[in-house]
Parts: sequence; structure tokens; C-alpha cells
Amino acid sequence: MMAAKAKPTAHRVGMEVSIAVSHAVQLARAEAIAAYPITPQTHIVEHLSTMVANGDLDAEFVNVESEHSAMSACIGMSATGARTYTATSSQGLALMNEILFIASALRLPIAMTVANRALSGPLSIWNDHGDIMAARDIGWIQVFVENGQEAFDHSVMAFKIAENHKVLLPTIINMDGFILTHVVEAMEFLDQETIDKFLPAYHPRFRLDPHQPVTMGAFAMPEIYTEMKMAHQMALTESYGHILKVWKEWGDLTGRRYQPVERYKTEGAKILLLTMGCLSEVAEVAVDEMREAGEEVGLLKLRLWRPFPFADLRAAVAGAELLIVIDRALSLGGAAPPVLAEVRSAFYAQPQRPQTASFVIGLGGRDVAPPAFKEIVAQARAEAQTGPTQEFHIYGVRG
Amino acid sequence: MEKFDYAQSQKFDTYASRLLPREEYFTSGHRSCQGCGEALAVRWVCKAIGKDAIIAHATGCMEIVSSGWPQTAWMHPWIHVAFENTSAVASGIESALKVLARKGKLEGPMPKVVAMGGDGGTTDIGLQSLSGALERGHNFTYFCWDNEAYMNTGIQRSSSTPYGAMTTTSPPGKLSIGQSTQKKNMAAIAVAHGIPYVATASPSYLFDLFFKVRKALETPGPAYVHVLSVCPTGWRSATDLSVRMGRLAVETGVFPLFEVVNGRYHLTVEVPKLRPVNDYLKPQGRFRHLRDKERAFIQRHTLAQYELLLQKCGAPYPEFPAITEEEETE
Repeated sequence: MMAAKAKPTAHRVGMEVSIAVSHAVQLARAEAIAAYPITPQTHIVEHLSTMVANGDLDAEFVNVESEHSAMSACIGMSATGARTYTATSSQGLALMNEILFIASALRLPIAMTVANRALSGPLSIWNDHGDIMAARDIGWIQVFVENGQEAFDHSVMAFKIAENHKVLLPTIINMDGFILTHVVEAMEFLDQETIDKFLPAYHPRFRLDPHQPVTMGAFAMPEIYTEMKMAHQMALTESYGHILKVWKEWGDLTGRRYQPVERYKTEGAKILLLTMGCLSEVAEVAVDEMREAGEEVGLLKLRLWRPFPFADLRAAVAGAELLIVIDRALSLGGAAPPVLAEVRSAFYAQPQRPQTASFVIGLGGRDVAPPAFKEIVAQARAEAQTGPTQEFHIYGVRG
Repeated sequence: MEKFDYAQSQKFDTYASRLLPREEYFTSGHRSCQGCGEALAVRWVCKAIGKDAIIAHATGCMEIVSSGWPQTAWMHPWIHVAFENTSAVASGIESALKVLARKGKLEGPMPKVVAMGGDGGTTDIGLQSLSGALERGHNFTYFCWDNEAYMNTGIQRSSSTPYGAMTTTSPPGKLSIGQSTQKKNMAAIAVAHGIPYVATASPSYLFDLFFKVRKALETPGPAYVHVLSVCPTGWRSATDLSVRMGRLAVETGVFPLFEVVNGRYHLTVEVPKLRPVNDYLKPQGRFRHLRDKERAFIQRHTLAQYELLLQKCGAPYPEFPAITEEEETE
């Protein structure tokens, strides 16, 4: 395909990021939405229901009575052949959990925004990644975004990735609750015509249709269950190439290019921080300051969480001596927080591997400022000499 | 038969055996138990539904016996997702059909949307999603296959298990008479949602069932049909008596056949003289442990419930069986 000429910097509009996401869903011409309100996802679904109420989006908006039913209704919608969207957060994602596995096993290309929020208890409406990490193994494509522009871009691209007949997997866009959802940012939008060209109407591979009846959701005996899970695993792993293709097409269209593992000032870095979501922008500030002070510190931002980009990560880390993994979730009683566990697995069998250090930070909305990363780097550097004192540190915890 | 303005079903008033469809939509070869009243109900309900429909089915007996990959007994487009969410899945299907029809993406007649589940999937774990779907007013019909326990998992009690019944989790013992609670009145719960059509049905009364299915499907908005499904395995009854058991349930007043159209109750099968409830209890092993005392209690409770229903229907009273006084046996 000819690389389209990157558009000149378009008009930037200031807007709350949740509203921008709802505009992305509108521009993607979502046809069916089932949602249940939960803080801090609410602004997204409020704006979508307003669009439907005003006729600005030709879709069915179903106000279900729970998140469990939201995901169930989405399965019905997608299986019938409609482009389907929903959004949730925290307890809502946890309540959906059972159905999330079925949505991906049925290979239904549902797009969902998760406004990341801590899990109860104690009840907290504020941000961390505990909700999505508990839903790590649901078999969906999972992407993290760090600012409003990325949230808009990936909300459109999610449909295109999911609906590819070679992929046919539901997709989650993770965006930090409040820290991102409720922030006003300047963003570039695309017009409807451009989006329509980028994302044509959804043509389902199979759908519930009396003209061509199919049985969906048959149960599997032990003779076939393993093969079905293998097929699911292969589909998710192989979606990687298609994800990159869609990101490249978007890059050619907008000039905004995305990688599974983004690098920030990593040239010659001996120490690398690894972050996800909004923390990345905070870490950038810290890296800038440390670089100015002559420290060889860089930053990796993990964008693609599932399928996990093993090769990209190994390439990005090559040459670094210390990799500091920042988690925004815990794996209680486990060996390591979720991201660290994954990252360590990526390097364990490598002949050349960096030392790893693990810090859990920003749980339940605890604010994280740039100095935190400087302290973390200093502590990790010291421990790299003496050996780690514990499996992981919870940064700033009292008592 | 009472005529209703919206229903076009008047043409079905004169059903005869030879007019019933020969097409099979729930095909043979499935794995249900011998004498399964539920499979019989599903087969005839699917015939009454006809070709243009999409079915969402809950986990349970009928799902397990009919859809072991790579086989299927379903000629309809059919989806099974989980146990408790069938009404939500049907809500999604109905909403998607609406938007696709509006956008000109559907060919042919608008498919009917049907949800099906067992009594556990309806009255227990699926009650919330059913209530939500009824309240939202989706144009769909819900069928509850009521075999009065979790038969698929091994005959555990549900909220639809009748008083006194033995199940594996409501066993009779020194301190227990079996199920100690009364059967949940699911039809009344459906009626309380203010939906346009609610009915009880039984495959032992085939034309009544057939008529109600057609009427439910043609009703705009949500419809709920509660089908008593005799389960020889769980009820410990003879496999060749399933149709008979269904009739006895009606003839004793245990499971009256009625419909509720826009809130108005109407008895569709009138029983000129109710039989003693023991005629229904006796052939079932699940009630074998009951003493006369409990049987008398069930008799009185059944008649009291029947009386309430007759009052709702404004129907004349049939002859009631004699009630024996409760005897102290201990």
C-alpha cells in the first residue's frame, strides 16, 4: 500500500478526554452499546447516550442493570453483527470477568474502554491498574494509553484491529481513571470522511442469522477443549502483526506513530524505567531532569499488554544494566507484581539479561510526582550493588 | 378463546393435529434422558416459533444435551453464553437487530428473539438479568423450562423446587422434610414487571402450549412463558408417565395453566373437578418420604394458591377435593 502523506498538523481542540473517547466511538460509527455506569467511566457513556438521544449517533444504547449484563448484551449485539462498544472500570470489570473470557472465546470483536481504577476493598474510586491486572488472562487484546490523543487514536483503531477477520478478538483500551478520563487536553480529531475510509463498515465473519443458522457457544469435551484454547492462544499471538499494521496505517494518516514498547531517551541508557499509562508522562519529566544531571537513565513505556511484545521488549532493553519495572498493581502473596512477573519471564532464558528492580507505586489514586522516580532510581541503583533487600518495594508506603 | 386486539393469533384458535408443523427445529439425536418432558417442550416450542428466530440459551440441561461441539440439535441460529445472563444476551440481539434493520443491513423478515433457560437459570441466578430485560421492554420472549431443581448438576434444590420435594441438597432427614420452602411464583414476578404477556404452559397440553407460544412471539414487547417440564430423573417418576404427570399437575391444581395479558389473568385450561393433590405426589419418588400430615399441608396450600388464582382470573370455582384435617402423627 502506498504510504499516505501525513496530514499537516490539524486543528487542536481542548476537550475532556472522556468526551474525546465518546467522539472516537461516534466517528467509528458504533452501532450497539450496552453500558452500566461506574465512576470514573461515566462521562464516556453519558456522552454516548446523549449522542444517541440527539440522533448524532445511529446506535442502540442499552442501559443494562449490571456490568455482567453489559458484557452479555455486548456479546448478543456483536454476535448479531453490530459494531459493539462498552466501557467500564474496577468493580464493573470484575463483575464482567466471567463473561470476558467467553467474549474472546466466541471471537467477537467488541471494543471496550477500561477507565482503570483500584479494586475494593477498601473501596476506592481512584486510579491504579489492579482492575485490569486481575483480568489479565481473559484472552483480549489489551492496550494502554498515556494521554488524551492516544486515547482518541486507539479508541478508533481498536475497532479496526478487532474486526479484522484474521484477528476477531475483543479489544480493551486501558486509560487511567480520573488522571486521564477527567482531564482536559488539546487533541487533534479526524473528520468523518477520513475515519470512514480508515474504518469501513463491519462485516461479520459469522452472525446469528436465520438464513444461515449457526450454533455459537457449544460446549467442549476434554477431547477438544485443549485444541480450542490453543486456537485462541494462536489467534491472540498472531494478532500482533495485524495490530502493528493498523498502527502503521494510522501513523501514515496522522503522523502519530505507535510502538508496542515506546522508547524515551533510551540511547546509551544503563538504567531503564518501565512504566504503563499516565505514569509514563510523569516519568518523562524525571528522566529529563536525570539526563540533564548526567545520569544515563531512559524510559520504556509498555503500550501493548496483550499479546505481550516479548521481542520488542528484549530489543528495547538490549544494552541496559538495570531495568526498573514500575507496577501500579499488586499480586498479593505472589512472587512479583504483574508487570514485573511478565518482564522477568521475558528475560529469564536470555544469556544477557539486565538486573531487575521492582517498585509498586500510585495505588488507589496515591499521587505520583517526578521526584518519586528519581528516588526510585537512586534506591534501585544502590540495591543493584548490594543485592535487593526484598522481592519488590511499595514506594512511599507508611508503617 | 378470548380475542386480543394486538394478537394476530386468532387464526390458531382451531388447532388440529394435522395442522401442526412437520418441520423439526430441535432435532433428534440429542442426549436428554429417557422420558424428558423438557426436550418434548423444547421441540414443540421450537416448532411453534418457526424458522425466523434467533435463540439465546442459558447453561443447563437443554444446553448440555443439545450442543456438544461439533454437534448441535438446533436448526435455529442459536447462542449459549453463560448461565445467568441469557436475558441480557437476548437484549443485545434484539437491540442489534433494531439498529441493523434501521440501517438496511437485514434481509427478510425481522427475526423473533427468544431466550430460554431452566428454572435455576431463570428464578435463581438469572433473575436479575431477566428482570432487567423485562423492565427495559425488549421485544423478546423468554421460556423457562421448569423441572423444579438443578437437574443438570445432579438434582439440587432451586427456588422453584416445590415444598416437601427431596433433592440432593434438600434431603429429608431426622430434622428435615425435604425442601422446606414454597416454590417461587415466577409467573407473578414476571407479571409484576407490567409486561404485556405472561403464560404458564405444559407440553402435556400441546395446543394450549402452541397457542401461547405464537401469542407470546406476536406480542410486541417482552413476553414470559413458564413451562412445566416433567423430569423423570429428578422427580423419580416413571419415564413413560411424563405426559401423564404433566396432566396430573394441572388436574390437581398444582400447576394451573393460565395467561396474563396486559395484567389481566385468564385461566386457559379449566378443570371441572380438581383431583386430590396426592394423585400427583404419589407417582413421584421425590415425595415418597412425606407423611399424611405434609401431604395434607400441600393439599391445603395448593387449594389456597388455586383460589387466589381464580380470584385473579374472576373464574368460577370448580369442585374442590375434600380436605382431611391435619393429624398429629408424633
